Amino acid sequence: MSKAATTEPSKFRQTLEDANLQLAVYTATGRLMEKRREAVAADVLPEYQELRTQAHEIKKHTLDNLDYYLELFEEHVTAHGGKVVYCKDGSEVADFVLRLAKERGARLIVKSKSMTTEEIDLNERLAHHQLESVETDLGEYILQLAHQRPYHIVAPALHLTRYDVANIFTEKLGVENETVIEKQTMIARGVLRQKFLQADIGISGANFLVADSGAVVIVENEGNARLTTSAPRIHIAVAGMEKMIARAQDLPVFLKLLGRSATGQPLTVYTSFLSGPRREGEVDGPEEFYVVLLDNGRTRLLADREKRQSLYCIRCGACLNHCPVYRKVGGHNYPWVYSGPIGAVITPQYMGVGKDPWLPFASSLCGACYEVCPVKINIPKLLLDLRSEVTKFKAKERGGWAERMVFRLWAWVMRHPRIYEMMGSMAAAFFPEGEKPGWLRSVPSFMNIGPLKGWLSQRDLPRPASKSFRQHWRSRRKGGR
Amino acid sequence: MGPRVALFVTCIVDQLFPRVGLAMADVLERIGCEVDFPEAQTCCGQPAFNSGYRAEARDVARHFLSVFEQAEYIVVPSGSCTSMISHHYAELFRKEPEWLDRARAVGSRVVEFSTFLTEVVKVEDVGARLDAVVTYHDSCHALRELSVKSGPRRLLGRVRGLTLKEMDRAEECCGFGGTFSVKFAETSGGMVRTKVDSILRTGAEIVVSIDSSCLMQLQGALARANAPVRTMHLAEVLASR
Ligand code: SF4
Repeated sequence: MSKAATTEPSKFRQTLEDANLQLAVYTATGRLMEKRREAVAADVLPEYQELRTQAHEIKKHTLDNLDYYLELFEEHVTAHGGKVVYCKDGSEVADFVLRLAKERGARLIVKSKSMTTEEIDLNERLAHHQLESVETDLGEYILQLAHQRPYHIVAPALHLTRYDVANIFTEKLGVENETVIEKQTMIARGVLRQKFLQADIGISGANFLVADSGAVVIVENEGNARLTTSAPRIHIAVAGMEKMIARAQDLPVFLKLLGRSATGQPLTVYTSFLSGPRREGEVDGPEEFYVVLLDNGRTRLLADREKRQSLYCIRCGACLNHCPVYRKVGGHNYPWVYSGPIGAVITPQYMGVGKDPWLPFASSLCGACYEVCPVKINIPKLLLDLRSEVTKFKAKERGGWAERMVFRLWAWVMRHPRIYEMMGSMAAAFFPEGEKPGWLRSVPSFMNIGPLKGWLSQRDLPRPASKSFRQHWRSRRKGGR
Repeated sequence: MGPRVALFVTCIVDQLFPRVGLAMADVLERIGCEVDFPEAQTCCGQPAFNSGYRAEARDVARHFLSVFEQAEYIVVPSGSCTSMISHHYAELFRKEPEWLDRARAVGSRVVEFSTFLTEVVKVEDVGARLDAVVTYHDSCHALRELSVKSGPRRLLGRVRGLTLKEMDRAEECCGFGGTFSVKFAETSGGMVRTKVDSILRTGAEIVVSIDSSCLMQLQGALARANAPVRTMHLAEVLASR
């Protein structure tokens, strides 16, 4: 496949042909779909559509005025005794953490789940400097052991069965093969408890940054984020700056939507509000509190008024669960840590449309993602915009000329009804009804190329009608009907 | 006398499934509409738009608008093409105010076939008869961009002899997606096979939809699997008697 191709990468096939994986992903996402459906049903949450609109508007307002809210946020964090650190990219984040660790003599880091740190490969960057950081979310921990990337932004180990997990534990931890999920959890807990006790630094992500109170809000189900942010001496929250919302008062809108959209939970089990280091008289909490605000291309996205809405994402994962393409090709065939529809929208914007030009085309534009997105990001529209950018980019790079010529010619024919009709009749003559009417299973090999080949690889082909509608229509009119 | 309608049969129906257009004309005439077919029509431009060729799509869209500018109602046997005209032309002509106005004016008169029956002329019983068990596939653009969901089912409910059996994945995409079906053939094939399984579980003999493009994908996959199920456009069902 040429680099400029906008067609299916051949690596998809392995996933599509893996029946066990297909079943695992289909079942897991199907369950999440079902749970979400129940949690947002009109009789349970009558204000659901209203909440979506509100969430969209709040994000829009906050990001349209992000400069102001960043300042406000920093003011409050500083007033509470914390510190805000702005980082341009992953290496700046790593440098900051490494420097701090060195100054404080820190050896071990515990981490709670954070896609933002996955985005910048923080663990690998730190490991490179012999600083160990251990994932404490069960799914993330399993993946860290297995050296795999998250398969899904909410359920990182969605593709693994308990048997897979048993094998990973046996291989990496030297424990006996244990396939009971509760017991696997106990094994991980045993290891992680030690780590929590020894760790000097806890690194978390953030689900929301609240500008008017300087709070970092984290939602989770396992309680590990709570420990990560309170047990070690130092807490660093790493967050993309788009996680901002204007007011604490707006938070309930998002909390109502996030858990429901992600896992069908009315509320997640734990919601932590962190707004600074331990104060005098408090018994727990870290001594030092940092919020690292990551740019990593976000200001570029922010500059594009049309596509800015891609930053409204609250990483609920609903668009992945409902995407028929994600459900077929899974999370590891996308070029970056963000997979599914939202990945297809943000990856080209962060990486440039020329890098994996096929990505915005990997969608049937069914719109299921937009329908379930709690912040109403118009993903199909963004994909269409990106497709147009890809073709423009290719034209500039002098690539993809064959396809461009086809569409030019096609557009010309479509403006010339007589020629269009003539070409239709020619196509029909190529596929005479002959002795075998009905759909074609194959065509002569000289014709089995391009789109025809793609179509026939999966489905039978309809014959062009021997008489088009317009030809029928003419005789019908003549017949005096 | 009912309203005057101009048929936009879509290029797929014109070239591949003319009987769908004929059935649509039959039904509309039967309920008293005056039916016209502007012969200069071709395509709405969606294939180019969805493939990222906006200039080419605009050219074709301009042609479409010129052909249909005078029509009172433009009735279309496709949710996808209807939505292209009523929703996406606005995006195409975002920077051309004059064409944008024309697109809006025409766009407001374009109606998907089942919607025309249930919402415009408000007829649900067209006197059809079909002795069969059928299942209905919600095509994505009709469902999500035009909110067409209950209309076709109500129409099917009035067909004598017909039993509607819902499939468990009625709202799931069939995997067609225009050029997606050939650019991402294997993924698209996987999607349609999942859909076919869902159809087969109903035991229905016929799958009905309001988009011939979805039906082409479904029929192609059903035929490949040698499954004893055929596809029919809603217009064909309603024209049966
Ligand atoms: S784009 Fe919307 S649905 Fe997808 S993860 Fe983000 S918030 Fe959730």
